[in-house]
Order: sequence, then structure tokens, then C-alpha cells
Amino acid sequence: METADLIFKIVFVLGVFGVSLVIAMYSTYAERKVAAFFQDRIGPNRAGPFGLLQPLADGVKMFMKEEIIPTHADKALFILGPSIAMLTACMTSVVIPWGSSLIINGKEFVMQITDVNIGILYVFGVVSIGVYGIMIGGWASNNKFSLLGALRASSQMISYELAMGMSIIALVMMTGTLSIREIVESQPGAHWNVFVQPLGFLLFLICAFAETNRTPFDLPECETELVGGYHTEYSSMKLGFYLFAEYINMFISSAIIVCLYFGGYNFPFLNSLGLSHNATAILGTVLMFGKIFFFIFFFMWVRWTIPRFRYDQLMRLGWKILIPLAVLNIVITAVVLLFKYDLWNTSIN
Amino acid sequence: MQLTNRSKVVVRKEMSLAERLYLPAILGGLFITFKHFFRKKTTISYPEVQRQFTPVYRGHHVLKRDEQGRENCTACGLCAVACPAEAITMTAAERKPGEEKLYREEKYASVYEINMLRCIFCGLCEEACPKEAIFLTDKIVHSGYERQGFIFGKDKLVEPVEADKRVDISGRLTAHRKN
Amino acid sequence: MSKIAFFVLAFLSIFSAMMVVFSRKPVHSVLSLIFCFFTIAGHYILLNAQFLAAVHVIVYAGAIMVLFLFVIMLLNLNAESEPHKTSAGKIAAVVSGGLLLLVLVSVLKSTDGLHLSSAPDSQVGMVKNLGMVLYDKYMLPFEVSALLFLTAMIGATMIGKKELD
Repeated sequence: METADLIFKIVFVLGVFGVSLVIAMYSTYAERKVAAFFQDRIGPNRAGPFGLLQPLADGVKMFMKEEIIPTHADKALFILGPSIAMLTACMTSVVIPWGSSLIINGKEFVMQITDVNIGILYVFGVVSIGVYGIMIGGWASNNKFSLLGALRASSQMISYELAMGMSIIALVMMTGTLSIREIVESQPGAHWNVFVQPLGFLLFLICAFAETNRTPFDLPECETELVGGYHTEYSSMKLGFYLFAEYINMFISSAIIVCLYFGGYNFPFLNSLGLSHNATAILGTVLMFGKIFFFIFFFMWVRWTIPRFRYDQLMRLGWKILIPLAVLNIVITAVVLLFKYDLWNTSIN
Repeated sequence: MQLTNRSKVVVRKEMSLAERLYLPAILGGLFITFKHFFRKKTTISYPEVQRQFTPVYRGHHVLKRDEQGRENCTACGLCAVACPAEAITMTAAERKPGEEKLYREEKYASVYEINMLRCIFCGLCEEACPKEAIFLTDKIVHSGYERQGFIFGKDKLVEPVEADKRVDISGRLTAHRKN
Repeated sequence: MSKIAFFVLAFLSIFSAMMVVFSRKPVHSVLSLIFCFFTIAGHYILLNAQFLAAVHVIVYAGAIMVLFLFVIMLLNLNAESEPHKTSAGKIAAVVSGGLLLLVLVSVLKSTDGLHLSSAPDSQVGMVKNLGMVLYDKYMLPFEVSALLFLTAMIGATMIGKKELD
């Protein structure tokens, strides 16, 4: 690898890491603000102008709080839990294409950390490990509420992972690739996948809510029944890690939704503006972040609108509704693709 | 037996397809919350902006003095009798010669205590008082950590002698009392 | 570079496999097993089989081991409640384990050496090539295993269904 490449990669990796942390940080602020606005309140406005320093204040609070490890907890696993949660949350951003490419000194730099040819599967792999953070933390606490929360979380995540995977299969059948960059590039301009795969998008969106443990699927930490769910016994920055991981997950799943169904860094008429290559790329990235922010807002919007499901309703929705719908979606896509393929073949001959 | 003619029979009809899809209802809910996003906020930023109290607000009690700075209270005990929560106790004492500047009449309350944990701020003491001695003001009673601190004696109830520190209760005087 | 990675991974996988056997707490055993699966996925990546690695992580580490962990957490097994093993049982375990080792060693010896024919083709593990192989060369075995899965799914549904009586 050349030095220029290496430097760009290092800067880019640090950039992505920093940006996702900052966005997660400000998502906590945004969540409180959005919740307040939906409830006709003002929200945090004391720390700094408009309360913009609130995340810093929260972080300081988290660090200064007393660190408690219960005496009957499994110490090593108790620490391992939030570490895994944070690790898996940060790992997914590796395969997301944040922009097309920049040309510096006549050399092209791709704005993606690495373009794995199995990008989507990588994401699924990481998501499936994410369960362990919650499970280990919940079990190691040696508390029945934590354990119940952990069990709920893991069964919920496994159930919805299936539906999520199946909703993506239809998309993969259409684009013929597992690489996220290629999927993004297959939807130029306004040819976004959401218009051809509306059902798939809906299923994926619902599953994304379930995978990030957000309302209406926040049963693992449902306060009314389980005190604090899997993180009942956690305090200080370990709790902070769990909460922070949730916001990073929200950011990353918004990014993946945007990449898979909303054209990533593509936007109508972006290429016909007559801008230089670099300007187009940067504008594309900015627009992509705009879409991501919309979805983060949407996550919050839904959270403050819809009440939580009951556990049997959650399982019924996952297994009896989403999975059959996903199969239906696959069948329809297959039929349409076959039909189109035949037409295409005959028109060539 | 029918008690009122407003009773309704619960209808458990089959849900229509649109209702069972659940999504239209969610969209409706999202629309409602989104409308609230742009509503006027009801928050009052407390230390800077303070809520306007109604003129009949009943808060912290005050034992009034007259224009010359003498305590109005004569320890008649009508307030204690009127109090439904039995929060008021007092001990009467006779005014000694030389104390005419302190107490308006020959008898005064040497101890006057209100248990703020029992008080329900009904204002009946104020109505019962024949001497215009006790009033409920618009001041908020402070919170505290110990029960002992909530028994307010004369040190917390009697208003200061200084003219500029007097508690204004003119808003609470009823029309016929003002005359 | 890849040689170092291989040795590190190999050490880790053997170490974690040993930990599965030696650790006192069942939950620690399961977690070591999960870690072992990860190192094996790492080996797949070294062999340019990314698809296999990802599927390995998703299916084994992500789904099956979660169920293992589930069961162990619910049973609340720990070192104290472990049943006492008789010495006869221990001897039987040693003998059978030794026999298994013997068989494995003899099988390994009978193969004509573990020759890794240089570096494997970097394209061999790509999804496209794998798909071509599966749906072209090994069509029948693939479909048969799919049928097996279908049967298993139907069986699971039948077991899960409430008794109709």
C-alpha cells in the first residue's frame, strides 16, 4: 500500500470513528430535545447555548459516578458485557460507503474504510454478535430482572434477525451483489431501491427498530416490568456504554437503511449540476448525512409516538407476520425478475 | 337496573383490514405527534420567568402587625378551632407594662406554631380570625429534609417590623374588610 | 504476515478449545466455545473464504451458541450444583477420549501430508464462485440438504404446535 493511501485510510478511519461517536453523542441530546418538542416542552437548555453542551455534561456525570460491581456478579463478564456492546456498535461502520471518491493530486481515494465483497453479511455477523453484549451483561449481573431482560433481548434479536435477513434477500436478488458500495451504485439519481422494494423496506425498517431495541420493541429494558432490564445493575460509564451503544447502533442502522434503500450518496440531478468530481462527492456525502439524520429523527419520532408491544405480540409479529411477508416478497421479486429476464432475453434475440 | 341513560354497550366488532394492518393507525399517530412538534411550548423557564399566581393563591402563612408594628394576634384560639387539620397550637400570655409597642392588645400569643406537615392550606384560619392577624400569602413554603423543621413558630410566621419588609396582603382583603 | 496471523489464530483457537473443557463454569465454557468459533472464522478469512467466515459467524456464533447460552443461563448451572462424578465414570471418559485421539491421529497419519498447495486462489471464496459451484457442480447435494432443512423446519413447527385432542 502506498503512503498516500495509508495516510488517507488512517485519517478516514479516525474520521469515521470520531464522526460516529460525535453523532451518537448528539443523538442523546437530540433525543431529549425531540422528545421534549413532541410533548410541548423545551428540553435541555441550560448547559451552553440551547443546551448544546448537554452531552458533555452527561458524559462528565457518567464518568464521575460511583462504579458499582455487585458482589455476586461475575466480575470479568460484568465488564465484558458493555465492552462487547460498544465494540460491535463501532464495528459496523467499516463497510458503509460514506461517499463516492475524492481525487487528490490526480489519485483516487474511495470514501469507504473497506469494500468487503460480503458487506451485508458482515453487517449481519456483527449484529448477531451484538446480542452477546446484552446477554453476558444481563447474566453476569446475577439479578433476575437483568437475566429476564437479557433473555428477552436475545430471543427478540434472533427472531428479528431472520426476518431482516430475508427482507434483504429480495434486494440482493435484484442487485446481484452483497457489497454495499455496489448496491449504492446500482441506484443512481432517484432510482432508489425503496421504490422497487417498498415491502422489503418496510420489513427492514421494522426489523431495524427491533434490532436496535428501540420503542416499540424496547422490551429488554422495559422499565414498567423489569426495572432497568439487562442494565439494572450497571452504573457509571458501563451503563453509559450500553446507552451509547444504542445510539451508535441507531446511527449505523440509519446509515444502512439509507445505503440499501435510499441510494446512499446518490441524489436526483446531483451529477447534472456541472460540479467538479470532488465537489459532487462531498455534496453527495452531505446529502447522505441529511438522509441519515432524517432516519435518526424518524427513530425518535416513532419512539415518542408508539407504545411498547406486549411480548407475545412482539413474537407474533416477528414469526407469523414479518417472516411470511418476507418470503412473499422474495417470491414476488423472483417472479418479476424471471419475467423481466425472459423479456430482456427475447428482445435481444 | 338502569342507573343512567348514558351507558353504552361495548361493541367488539371484527377489525377491518385497514385496522388490522396497524400501519394506518401508526401513521395517524405519527402525524399527531408531528403536529405537536410545532406547537407553542408550555414550559416556563422558572428562575427567569415566574408563573403568575392567582390572587386567591394560599401559601405561606403570615402573622400581621398593625401600622405601628404591634402584633395583631390576641391568642383567641379561633383559628385553632377552625383548623380542620388541627395544625395550629398557641399559648396565650398577658402583656406586661412596657410592652405596649409590641402587642396591640392586653393578651397576646407567646407561642404560635403551625405544623406545616398537617396544614392543608385551606385558609379557614384566615377566615376565622377576628383581628386580621393571620393571612395566607403567595409565598411558597420551602421544602426540607427533617420533620422538625416543618413546625413553624413565631420566628417564621410574624412579619418583620420594618416598614419596607412588611408582607403585602392587600390583594387578599375582601371588599367589606377593606372599608 | 499471514503466517503470523495463522499461528496467532491457531494458538487462540486451540487455547479457547481447551478452555471449553477446563473451565469450571458452564457459561465460561460456552463463551470460550464462541471465541473458538471466531478464531475458526478468522482461519476461513485467511483461506480467502469470506462468505464461509461470515456465515459461520452468523449461524454458529450468532444463533446456535445464543441458544446454548440461553439454556445454560436458564438452568442456572454452576460449580456447586455440578453432580459428583464417580471414578469409574472418569476412567471410562479417559479411555473413550484416548480412543478418539488414537483414531484421529491414525487418520491424520494416513493422509499424505498436509500440503497447502501454495496460497489458495484469492477468488475461490467469493460469493459468485461459491454460488456457481453450489448451483452447478453440486446441485443435487445442495438441493438434498435444502430438503433436509425443510423437513427439519416442518418437524419443528409440528412439535411446537399445540396438541389437538
